[in-house]
Amino acid sequence: MYRIVEQERLTPEAVRLRIEAPRIARRRQAGQFVVIRVDEKGERIPLTIVGSDPEAGTITLVVQEVGTSTRKLGRLRAGEAILDLTGPLGRPTEVKKWGRVACLAGGIGTAEVLPVVEAVRAAGNTTLAIVGARTRELLILEDEMRAAADGLYITTDDGSYGRHGVVTDVLLDLINDGAVPDRVYAIGPVPMMKAVADLTRPYGIPTEISLNALMVDGTGMCGCCRVTVGGETKFTCVDGPDFDAHQVDFDELVQRQKIYLGQEKRSLEEYEKCAGGCRR
Amino acid sequence: MKTPRQKMAEQDPQERIANFDEVPYGYTPEQAQAEAARCLQCQKAPCRAGCPVEIDIPAFILAIREGDFAAAREKLLETNSLPAVCGRVCPQEDQCEKVCVLAKKGDPVAIGTLERFAADWKDGEEADPEAGSAPEKAKVAVIGAGPAGLTAAADLARMGYRVTIFEALHRPGGVLVYGIPEFRLPKAIVFEEVEKVKKMGVELELNQVVGATLSVEELFDSGFEAVFVGTGAGLPRFMGIPGENLNGVYSANEYLTRVNLMKAFRFPEYDTPVIRGEKVCVIGGGNVAMDSARTALRLGAEEVTIVYRRSRAEAPARVEEVHHAEQEGVIFKFLTLPLKYLDDGNGWIRGMECQGMELGEPDDSGRRRPVPVPGTEFTIDCDLAVVAIGNDPNPLLPRALPELELGWKGTIVADPETGAASVPGVFAGGDIATGAATVIEAMGAGKKAARGIDRYLSARKS
Ligand SMILES: Cc1cc2nc3c(=O)[nH]c(=O)nc-3n(C[C@H](O)[C@H](O)[C@H](O)COP(=O)(O)OP(=O)(O)OC[C@H]3O[C@@H](n4cnc5c(N)ncnc54)[C@H](O)[C@@H]3O)c2cc1C
Ligand code: FES
Repeated sequence: MYRIVEQERLTPEAVRLRIEAPRIARRRQAGQFVVIRVDEKGERIPLTIVGSDPEAGTITLVVQEVGTSTRKLGRLRAGEAILDLTGPLGRPTEVKKWGRVACLAGGIGTAEVLPVVEAVRAAGNTTLAIVGARTRELLILEDEMRAAADGLYITTDDGSYGRHGVVTDVLLDLINDGAVPDRVYAIGPVPMMKAVADLTRPYGIPTEISLNALMVDGTGMCGCCRVTVGGETKFTCVDGPDFDAHQVDFDELVQRQKIYLGQEKRSLEEYEKCAGGCRR
Repeated sequence: MKTPRQKMAEQDPQERIANFDEVPYGYTPEQAQAEAARCLQCQKAPCRAGCPVEIDIPAFILAIREGDFAAAREKLLETNSLPAVCGRVCPQEDQCEKVCVLAKKGDPVAIGTLERFAADWKDGEEADPEAGSAPEKAKVAVIGAGPAGLTAAADLARMGYRVTIFEALHRPGGVLVYGIPEFRLPKAIVFEEVEKVKKMGVELELNQVVGATLSVEELFDSGFEAVFVGTGAGLPRFMGIPGENLNGVYSANEYLTRVNLMKAFRFPEYDTPVIRGEKVCVIGGGNVAMDSARTALRLGAEEVTIVYRRSRAEAPARVEEVHHAEQEGVIFKFLTLPLKYLDDGNGWIRGMECQGMELGEPDDSGRRRPVPVPGTEFTIDCDLAVVAIGNDPNPLLPRALPELELGWKGTIVADPETGAASVPGVFAGGDIATGAATVIEAMGAGKKAARGIDRYLSARKS
């Protein structure tokens, strides 16, 4: 059992959890994730490690409550526990001194990009964070991001906060202003990552993205997480999760994320029906 | 008149394809005693040499004949930590039963079924397995809780070592829990066998991916004096043909893991979903293919076809498994090679383009090589395909310990007698060292490595 030491609601659809996992806290690096199983009947799902405190032996996860497993997680309080938690999995994000690095994130990706921003800046890069949300109330971790990056740009789809627009608008402006980044990192919904890739490709800006493929084991055992990168099949959990954005087959990725849409909906309906605690 | 070889009663094929319950029921005590009486109790007992874990076969069979089933069970446990598993999944026809003296003139003694009977025998007096007599011996780490790791751990504990198993998944058992289906090996049985190993004093730490959660170096630093690697062959192979990443194409590992480990057959009570195809194609000719096909039937498929590029004679699956699959209505297309998977226009599989094959000259494996017959291309409709063409060793641990010498396809090179790998203090066995093989060979390797580790640590002490 992995005890939750702190739970904080960030938005109506997202919570931050600090969880006891000393070995993972000690070893994790930016870009890595854990696989968790909330309870005995739960599925195994991957979640990016947002931060850790090796001294306290805890890791931080931010969860957007979209399906059954994440809703279950969202209901847990400090003092309660997660049944299974494994990690840190995946290859760490590549971090070098490149010069100017722009890190883009959308939605819950803002939490996931935070450790990358920290690591990239620690390596001596001028690090810009460009984060987007649908609306102001869904924007997360603004203070943390401001502290971590050399510069922070915020966009909202509805213009309720920051710039009215999307993160690629900001990146395009930077490029047009002659402030072309030496490297771009992006994490968020697939259409957003694809838009970033399409934008940077003509300029030849090296662009890495973190893929959110479906997973089961997270150790390379099942192939559920396969993606096509540069015409070759890769397993996201062991070969990634970071890949060259210009090589990723996004259409296939989008397609594969839809495999269980029907079942996921059904599972969530069943869960919500019983959420007060019938058979679960 | 001579007694014929006793047959286990089985669930009716039509009924069983609608459930996940075990197919054979096992012997009744009367049947077991009748079968045990067929054993000639040979002095030289060739069957013993046919058993990779050296069970005293005549002795346990004699105990059954005499009606002392508990004694038979204890006899098994002396050398085999997982007899209820072995009695169900070992290819006895290629091992102990193959060399049984009776096999020369007729049916060999049903050693596997007798093993299953004795291992399952419950009389409320199961002795707790003995922990070692001298528990102050060194600490040994075992990586992977599959048959190899569990056996090595149990044997080391019996010798008095303090053993901790580190397992990546949330359940111990390896392929026994994620791969082999419930209807062939009930998970409750694996659970009981693992509990026995734990009662011997073996510690079990789940959710620990060695190479990720902690390193081999850390294990040595934290006081473990030897490490046994039994991490299995968990990396699924694909054919590399077009359309392989379409929705509705699974590796057998994923398909079986969803159903067995994650219990997707009880979705939505359990949260993990699985695609339930109506027309299912399974590619491959081994036990894994048979398990996948029979699982598809139980998940409600109308038609399940096994596509295999060689002929029936070369199929590596156990005869019994092929027989069970046929009884249940699985269709076999031998000498057939998939060329590509077809897209329905929405990213889902709608069928498979295949080619007819014929057998040519023998290849490296000694089996006749299948060669394409031009002009025999055809299409099979299906909405689910399961690729069961084999597994390679999982590279996670070798990647984390680059000094390890690796062999063909990334197997860890280990001395077959002692399990010693190229790094001092590191031992390996089971599928990670041999490539995908069998439960009993993995157990045999675990046993030898336990002795190898004992010798290594004793020599270091003196
Ligand atoms: C579907 C299927 C059906 C089969 N049917 C039969 C049969 O009928 N009869 C038969 O004899 N054989 C059968 N086999 C083969 C048999 O199951 C294997 O040969 C046997 O399980 C190998 O045992 P092992 O201990 O070497 O590895 P595994 O059983 O693969 O166990 C390895 C364990 O190590 C863990 N692990 C891996 N990497 C790490 C790491 N880095 N850190 C910690 N833990 C790790 C894994 O999670 C796993 O639990 C079948 C295999 C499959 C897939
Ligand atoms: S999640 Fe199973 S191989 Fe990546």
